[in-house]
Amino acid sequence: MSSDYEYSDDDAEYYEGMDMDEDEDIDAQDDAISEDEMEIDFSRHDRISSGKQKAYEVEYDTMPQEVVESLISKDIDHISSIFGVSNGVASLLLRYMQWNKERMVEKYMDNSIELSVKAGVSVVPPPPASSSGRVSSSRSKSSTSVATKRTTRRSAAESASRSKATPEPPTSPEYTICQICFDDEQTEMLALSCGHKFCVDCWSTFIRSKIREEGEINVGCMASDCSLIAPDSFLYSALGADKETAKRHKELIVRHYVGCNKNLKFCPYPSCINTVSCPAAASKSALSTFVPTVTCGVSDDHIFCFGCPIEGDHRPIICGVAKLWLKKCQDDSETANWIKSNTKECSKCQSTIEKNGGCNHMTCKKCKYEFCWVCMGPWSEHGTSWYNCNRYEESSGVEARDAQARSRASLERYLHYYNRWANHEQSAKLSVDLYSKTEKKMEEMQITSNLTWIEVQFAKKAVDEVFKCRMTLKWTYAMAYYLAKGNAKELFEDNQRDLEKAVEDLSELLETPIEADNIPILRQKMTDKTVYVHKRNEIMLEDTAEGFLEGRWKWNVNVEGFETTSD
Amino acid sequence: MSSISTRRLQKELKEINNDCPQGIALVKAEDFETWYLSLQVLGESVFADETFLLKFRFDNQYPISSPSVTFVVDEHFQAPLHPHVYSNGHICANILGDGWSPVLSVTSVCISLQSMLASCTKKERPEGNDRYVMFAPEDPKKVDHFSS
Repeated sequence: MSSDYEYSDDDAEYYEGMDMDEDEDIDAQDDAISEDEMEIDFSRHDRISSGKQKAYEVEYDTMPQEVVESLISKDIDHISSIFGVSNGVASLLLRYMQWNKERMVEKYMDNSIELSVKAGVSVVPPPPASSSGRVSSSRSKSSTSVATKRTTRRSAAESASRSKATPEPPTSPEYTICQICFDDEQTEMLALSCGHKFCVDCWSTFIRSKIREEGEINVGCMASDCSLIAPDSFLYSALGADKETAKRHKELIVRHYVGCNKNLKFCPYPSCINTVSCPAAASKSALSTFVPTVTCGVSDDHIFCFGCPIEGDHRPIICGVAKLWLKKCQDDSETANWIKSNTKECSKCQSTIEKNGGCNHMTCKKCKYEFCWVCMGPWSEHGTSWYNCNRYEESSGVEARDAQARSRASLERYLHYYNRWANHEQSAKLSVDLYSKTEKKMEEMQITSNLTWIEVQFAKKAVDEVFKCRMTLKWTYAMAYYLAKGNAKELFEDNQRDLEKAVEDLSELLETPIEADNIPILRQKMTDKTVYVHKRNEIMLEDTAEGFLEGRWKWNVNVEGFETTSD
Repeated sequence: MSSISTRRLQKELKEINNDCPQGIALVKAEDFETWYLSLQVLGESVFADETFLLKFRFDNQYPISSPSVTFVVDEHFQAPLHPHVYSNGHICANILGDGWSPVLSVTSVCISLQSMLASCTKKERPEGNDRYVMFAPEDPKKVDHFSS
């Protein structure tokens, strides 16, 4: 099949030609390393040769936390300038509306009072003259002079709104002592605009527990029937010197904002706080035409899919099919293996049967069919040779086994793909070992030959490339399992086979023992092979990605975003 | 034990001793970690003539974090047969979880539970009681609410 294929493995012309390209490239590019004609720099090479974005790549931006923060404050500033509310209030309103600015503006114009109450900005309809729920965060030294700019206690709403400008003394003497800790040494009292006063220590403990333990961005008033939410300025001033919690709160807000925005996704790697913006992958329909693999920019390890929760790079297969496959593996692979080795199907009703003891005379629990476990033929033909089957070649038994074989075929088919998938995954995992082995080898080479550190890097590059290609190969097996039969699939499998062969060859080279006199040859071979493997991987990814854009791939199952198959 | 929870519980203890709501009585409060209170439902109710024992456990985050409250189940006491009370004494009540507020207290929890029982018309266990009881930890605050 490889004879009519342009880039077959033994196509020496193509191979050498490419190698020369690489050399010229380096010479032209960088005089400093021009001596080393075997230096590989794929990223540069690719950029030069293709000039534009590749079909399997997606356009995206990485954003550190500060950038997202500035987006947030831009939205908040915008709202507060339109409606003349404080930034704290604008933030609460936006948070309540899931950061959907347009909807928020609409709702606020529609009924500002209703929205303010729902968002926890105010408890009662604010008086029309007031500039909407500014909240007191002023700390006073004595509890008796605590003032709220707008005192709207629920019970005393009318009286409060009458005298909204004058500071109101606490209505009952109980309020001079904090109702939570009853500590009479606490003199510093704080309240939201609802007027429920508590000491600053209780507030800060409460806020800290809400933010740290529960990861809440909205911290409400501590009173049990109060639905007011504290604006950020209140939180931060109550927290005082606890900058860590304030920082955590800001982080949580960024996460909330990112979570509400379809164009943004938070880097899923532990303790990473970067965000990726990828508007191209925001719609569900787009995900059936390409794979939005992105990195957050911290390092190449922080690679993830923008379209689904699968960790790492699942190119070339699209999210929907990858998900199908993973689900199938989770449900089936172990069970399927077990079924395959421990059970047979009833030759009449195809129920799966496990024989866990007893003689060979089987009676199917479901259809009551009697058969022999050894030859699978009907028991009636066994005559008197009970409990001992010597009839393996009888025609009825052969037929029964044939039927069984067909029902096993689909299982076998699945296991064929699954085992290859698992094998590449396993080999990729072993590449950690291979790394340390290769590193040792590189040191050895520096000692036994006169190569410099930079000149032995080719071995490391080879390992990197093998790992990357095994990831691609892994997912191509998942894809091939679901691809409908036809020319497209055959070409796909040709590409897959070529890549697989190249990768296995390179892996083998990496295992070759090092002797001083074969180093130059090994180096030449390995570098050539690495370049070739890289190229094969490019072809695999590029062709599959183009296939998705052209709608070339047909499936043997129903995949979201594709026409239903008649298979 | 931090001074804030101790001071708060001292104050609550004084109030309970002075003026305890009807149907609620302090049974045992020897330290500031575990208290026992008895609970009766007043007036006409499916729980008339029944007495229940409540166990309160406080950690040093009290009253910022809620107390752990259960009905005692032993040779003398049973958990009330109520759709929000499991047979191991665990209670499904908003105020003991998300609805907790630091201004609530031991007595206010008792009063809430009293009215929860009083409003009950049909004596039955919650759905899935047996399954829950089989896997639930001893302390209801350690129940994992994220299970499927």
